[in-house]
Amino acid sequence: MDWLTIGLIIFVISWLQILCAYLIYLERKVAAWVQDRKGPNRVGPWGLFQPIADGLKFLFKEQVVPAHVHRFLYILAPSIAVITTMLAFAVVPFGPTDVPDPRQKRFIIAPNLDIGLLFIFAIASLNVYSIILGGWASNNKYSLLGSLRSAAQIISYEIPLALSVLGVIVLVGSLNLEHLLNEQARLGIGGWLIWYQPLGWLLFFASALAESNRLPFDLPEAEQELVGGYHTEYSGMKFAMFFLGEYTHVTTVSLLMVILYFGGWHFPFVAEFNANYPGATGVKVLVLWTKASLVILVIMLLRWTLPRFRFDQLMHLAWMGLVPLSLLNLLSVMIVRHWSLSPWLLLPCSVIILTAIPLLHRWKSRQLDWA
Amino acid sequence: MSVGDILFWIVGLMTALCAVMVVVTQHIVRCAIWLLFTLAGTAGLFFLLGLDFLGATQLFVYVGGTLVLVIFGVMLTATGPFLQLRAGAGEWAIAIIVGLLLYGLIALSWLFADWSKLPESALPDDPRQMYHTEQLGRALLGDTSVQPASELAGVPGSLGAADKASGKLQEPPKRQASAFLLPFEIVSVHLLVVLIGAAYLARAKRKRVVVAPRESL
Repeated sequence: MDWLTIGLIIFVISWLQILCAYLIYLERKVAAWVQDRKGPNRVGPWGLFQPIADGLKFLFKEQVVPAHVHRFLYILAPSIAVITTMLAFAVVPFGPTDVPDPRQKRFIIAPNLDIGLLFIFAIASLNVYSIILGGWASNNKYSLLGSLRSAAQIISYEIPLALSVLGVIVLVGSLNLEHLLNEQARLGIGGWLIWYQPLGWLLFFASALAESNRLPFDLPEAEQELVGGYHTEYSGMKFAMFFLGEYTHVTTVSLLMVILYFGGWHFPFVAEFNANYPGATGVKVLVLWTKASLVILVIMLLRWTLPRFRFDQLMHLAWMGLVPLSLLNLLSVMIVRHWSLSPWLLLPCSVIILTAIPLLHRWKSRQLDWA
Repeated sequence: MSVGDILFWIVGLMTALCAVMVVVTQHIVRCAIWLLFTLAGTAGLFFLLGLDFLGATQLFVYVGGTLVLVIFGVMLTATGPFLQLRAGAGEWAIAIIVGLLLYGLIALSWLFADWSKLPESALPDDPRQMYHTEQLGRALLGDTSVQPASELAGVPGSLGAADKASGKLQEPPKRQASAFLLPFEIVSVHLLVVLIGAAYLARAKRKRVVVAPRESL
């Protein structure tokens, strides 16, 4: 039995829970800042103990199970939300993985998994069950509507998500997250995949937001329309577990985005590939989490900036916007790889695809209007 | 018994229990949920055996893909006659016969397999010796040099009769190189047929409108 791994798992689960609590605090502060309010400011200095108070409130609240629900599935749904997102985190490196002694400093639960990305997508695709089962077991029209919407949304956005990441996979030739990260770090800042896959990154960002039910894609919850959607009937810790799942998902997606497109823990002059000054490992961890925090902050700002999509706009965007664009992106990567062209060609390629296709689409639809 | 063995037994028994529940449950949504657990448990068994790729694919294809559709369909049809599933006596009889036949097939292949050819542990000590996704893909396309010891797995033509005497794996003859290619292609075509059929069934049924000749502008 590997006690190091067990300790690491316990550490990561605890860390994720604290992190999620403070992400909710951050979200409320960002919301307050955007809306010119103060946000939580009563418990502790600047309201810093608010997440702890919230957590205790959730834990000690009476566990209400409404009489009209399907009991087993009602309790199962929030558990699935937490289990799947936590499992997906198992293969995400949250620090440098090329440290001299991996027995002492390990920053990934399941190291060297060759199918890391595939595993993440496979597990993340199960997250939709929590919403479907929660909505169905609640035996409530609003919940069912929210969960049906979410099923359509999440199934649709899984396709552009996987297709956009395929560009990265084909370019580097690996599904192994550690390998993808180390390849970028080895090549320096010119090796960050954002230079070769800007379009892929945009598509990944949009699809990942939809997968984690964040605004502007939060149709399953849609407070104003559905009274909370799939979690209308939930309270106490079961309600909190849905949010634990959501914020863990956001963390995973942010780390994944940094690892796939922004060089992971690499940063010029500070954390180079062969940096081995004392404390280099700590600096690398710090760089990685700083980058991920910036992504999380952008996601939160987006929530308070963009309005929610209408359902037909949502489907239109996925099937007529993201899927063709990601296919073209993949095609360009395949052409570059097949004829061993310079990968820098992909930068203008992405820009051309991103500008030409919407223009073409617009011209076409105008022509149709005229006819 | 190592921790891995105990886990394997626990997951295996739970998977089997869920599979039984799929059959005996009558409520269609509960039935789908038990099926979900059965498929997820199978993926768990794959992971416990060190078959990461197969496990992830099982999750991706069966648990993730098919069952979302099952539940989706269930929610739209979960009214009236579809809510309670009751199998008739004839259906039970056919199901039991087919099930027993399948069980017999599995039991026979288990009994007659030459287990002495199996390596001591399913996992080699050195992780680099393990079968990777690339090898799996090449084996699928019929590259015999990468095929694993596959008499047990039922891969056609990987062990000749002469090899059995020495007990060592040898290069199979090139003639039988296309091991999985044909079944793979058949499955692909089958899926295509299913897709076309689904699209045909789900198409919007419109009345035929006689298109009047368009007057020129």
